[in-house]
Amino acid sequence: MTACSQDRNMLATYLDGGLSAEQEKTLQEHLLSCPGCAAEIAAQVRLRRAMKPAAMRFAASAEFRRKVQMQTVPQRKPGLRWFWPAAVAALAVMIVAVVWTRQSTLRNQAFREVADLHVSDLASANPYDVVSSDRHTVKPWFQGRIPFAFNVPEFSGSEFTLLGGRLVYLHQQPGAQLVVGAGRHKISVLIVQETPELGSGLLSFGGVAVRDSFNVETWAANGVRFYVVGDAEQSAIHRLAQSLQGVNK
Amino acid sequence: MDRAFFEQLAMPLFDQLYNHACWLTGDRADAEDLVQETYAKALRGFGSFSEGTNLRAWMFKILRNAFLNSRSGLKQKTGYLEDEEAGTEEAVAHEVTPEALFLASESQEAIFGALESLPVAHREIILLCDVEEMSYREIAQVLDVPTGTVMSRLARARKNLRAALGAKEAVR
Repeated sequence: MTACSQDRNMLATYLDGGLSAEQEKTLQEHLLSCPGCAAEIAAQVRLRRAMKPAAMRFAASAEFRRKVQMQTVPQRKPGLRWFWPAAVAALAVMIVAVVWTRQSTLRNQAFREVADLHVSDLASANPYDVVSSDRHTVKPWFQGRIPFAFNVPEFSGSEFTLLGGRLVYLHQQPGAQLVVGAGRHKISVLIVQETPELGSGLLSFGGVAVRDSFNVETWAANGVRFYVVGDAEQSAIHRLAQSLQGVNK
Repeated sequence: MDRAFFEQLAMPLFDQLYNHACWLTGDRADAEDLVQETYAKALRGFGSFSEGTNLRAWMFKILRNAFLNSRSGLKQKTGYLEDEEAGTEEAVAHEVTPEALFLASESQEAIFGALESLPVAHREIILLCDVEEMSYREIAQVLDVPTGTVMSRLARARKNLRAALGAKEAVR
């Protein structure tokens, strides 16, 4: 046993698979006849097997693994991550802007026309087609002249005075213009048939707004759109609008 | 080369690399630093890594170089040099018989203790060969030495380990 000249390293190399085919064959033959080398190789095999757990002795924390994974993980190209949401957002902003611009254009056009009518009436030498402070005179006058009906509130006893009315055209539609006096101010009430075009531009609009130094309030009821426009103070415009709304529900 | 490909190839080596780093440094925090550095460097250098070469050996090599340049590695560097200079004439430990080796192998504690007592160069090469089951060629790639050096260093390392185990066994 001890007399065996076989090198231990040779045995280890054999276990490592580091011998040539010829060397391997020679060694295998030797092992069959040498109990010392057989014991040695058995011990080495045993040791190696016993060393295997060293491969799993240290396990990383899940946290650290995640950290390395995050560092390694393919990061989506930043462009792809924000491109679509950004594109959608941009498109939405554009649509809103276009719609808003369109609506505000329509609204501005509508108000400009309303204001123009009001101003032209004030400037006119013959401002009324029907001159009457009596709503029972004014209202029937419009019948047959406009394709819709509206009610005129009773102004007697209020701060307002009905001065008269005339036939106007707003958006190529026949409409009624009532001129109401409020102290020394004149307020025009323009009444036209509601159109989808007008509605889209104006429906969202509530309360009294200031347009080109005029105060304007507009609303729609029963397919008829009302504008109350004048240089009277906002509260007066609003009160007149309310009294009109009261009889045109 | 893309990150997804790198992740796919390199992440399965994570456990091995971390375990090996712990064996090298003997410290979990240092090992984490090493592993993280290894992945960062590997990712950066992945472009130069050509498909078909051994990724495991390549990453172990990066880990090793990171270790040698690290704080804990610098302390060990002299150990490496001494190891190479020690040459053929080493103090021959008392003869450890196959029977003693066999007995020592029964205690995992004794084996781990013996491995830890080895100079890092010896511990490293035994782990690469017997635990990671790398071929001599792979080990040569990791250590950046000729295969002949792998074999001679491995022989010395095993002798050392055997002596350490025998000493443990003798004490018991």
